Amino acid sequence: MKPGLALLSALCLTACGDVVADTKSSPAHPQPLQSGYEFLQPQTQALQDDDFANPGFLWIDRGEALFSTATASGNACSDCHNEASSSLAGAAAHYPLIDPESGDLVNLEGRINLCRTRHQEEAPLEYESDELLSLTAYVAYLSRGTPISVDIEGAAADWYARGRDYFETRRGQFNLSCTQCHDDNWGKNLRGDTISQGHGTGFPAYRLEWQSLGSLHRRLRDCDAGVRAEPRPYGSADYLAVELYLAKRAEGLEVETPGVRR
Amino acid sequence: MATIRIAAPNTASAGEVIELKALIQHPMETGYRSGPDGKRIERDIIEKFEVTYDGETVFEADLQPGIAANPIFTFYTRAAASGPIVFKWTDQNGESWSKTHDLTVE
Repeated sequence: MKPGLALLSALCLTACGDVVADTKSSPAHPQPLQSGYEFLQPQTQALQDDDFANPGFLWIDRGEALFSTATASGNACSDCHNEASSSLAGAAAHYPLIDPESGDLVNLEGRINLCRTRHQEEAPLEYESDELLSLTAYVAYLSRGTPISVDIEGAAADWYARGRDYFETRRGQFNLSCTQCHDDNWGKNLRGDTISQGHGTGFPAYRLEWQSLGSLHRRLRDCDAGVRAEPRPYGSADYLAVELYLAKRAEGLEVETPGVRR
Repeated sequence: MATIRIAAPNTASAGEVIELKALIQHPMETGYRSGPDGKRIERDIIEKFEVTYDGETVFEADLQPGIAANPIFTFYTRAAASGPIVFKWTDQNGESWSKTHDLTVE
C-alpha cells in the first residue's frame, strides 16, 4: 500500500471512530432506554418494589452495620462519611470514575477498598465477598433514584473506548458480541427469556438464578460464560472499562440498587 | 451471624389480626448441586422455623431442601396481650438464630 493511501485509511478509521463516539443515537444504542426492570415478570418487579421482601435488603442491612463498625485501626467508614444517607446520596451514580490520586479507573468496589487501604489501614476486601457486596450495595442504595451520569473525558476516554470495544467485539465459541443481543435484538425472546437492553442499573442486584446478591462483574462473567468465552477475573481492567461504557450507555436511567433480576 | 429482617406492628388493639413477616439470610443449599470444581456442595439448610407470642407457639414450619435461599414467611396472628414475639430458626446442625419483637396491645 502506498504511504499516502495508508495515511488516508488511517484518517478514515479515526474519523469513523469519532462518529461512533459522538453520536449518541447511533443505531447501536437502544432507544428509548429501558431498565432491566421493564423486562421482568410482574411478580419479580413486585419483589424488587417491596422494601421488606426484596432479599437485597439483607445485604444492605449488613452493609449499613459494617459502615459504622470500627475497623482494627479504629476508623469506621461513618467517621469520615457522617450522615451517610445525605453526604453519600447520589455519589454512586457517578461511578466508575478516575481516582485523582492514582489516575486509575475505579468502581464502587474499588473505591471502598481504596478507602480501606488509605484511611483504615486494612487489607482490601475480596471481590464478591459478602462484606464487600454488603458495603457496595449499601452505598449504591444511598443513590437509589439518582440518574446515572459519568465522566468519559480526559483519562476516562481511553477506558470508555476500551469498554466499547469489548462490548462490540464478537467472542467465545458462539462468536457473539454484547451488542448483538443488547443493542440489536433487545425486547425479543431468547428461549424463555426476554432480552434486556443490558443496563447495569440495579447492581449489585439479587438474581433469582444466583439465590444471592451479586456484583455487576459477576453478571458480566455470566454473560461471557453464556457465549462460551472465557470470563475475565473480578475487578479486571476489561470489566472496569465495560462498566464505564455501560454506565455512559445507561446515562439518564436511575440507580435501582437493590435490583431483583432473573 | 445471619441477617434477619422482621416486619411486625409495634402496637395493636386487643383482638386485632396482625401481619408478621420474617426474612433470614441463608443459602438453603440443597446438597444436590456441584461446585465449579465438580464436587458436591454439602447440604446446608434450615430445618425448623418457630414463632412464639407471649410464650405460646403461633406458627411453626418444617423446611425442606426445595425451599429457596433467604426464606421469607408471612403469616397472621391475633393480638391478645402485650408480650414478646420470638422468631427462631434452627438449621440441620442444631445452630439457631432468633430475634425478638415486642408487641404492645392497647
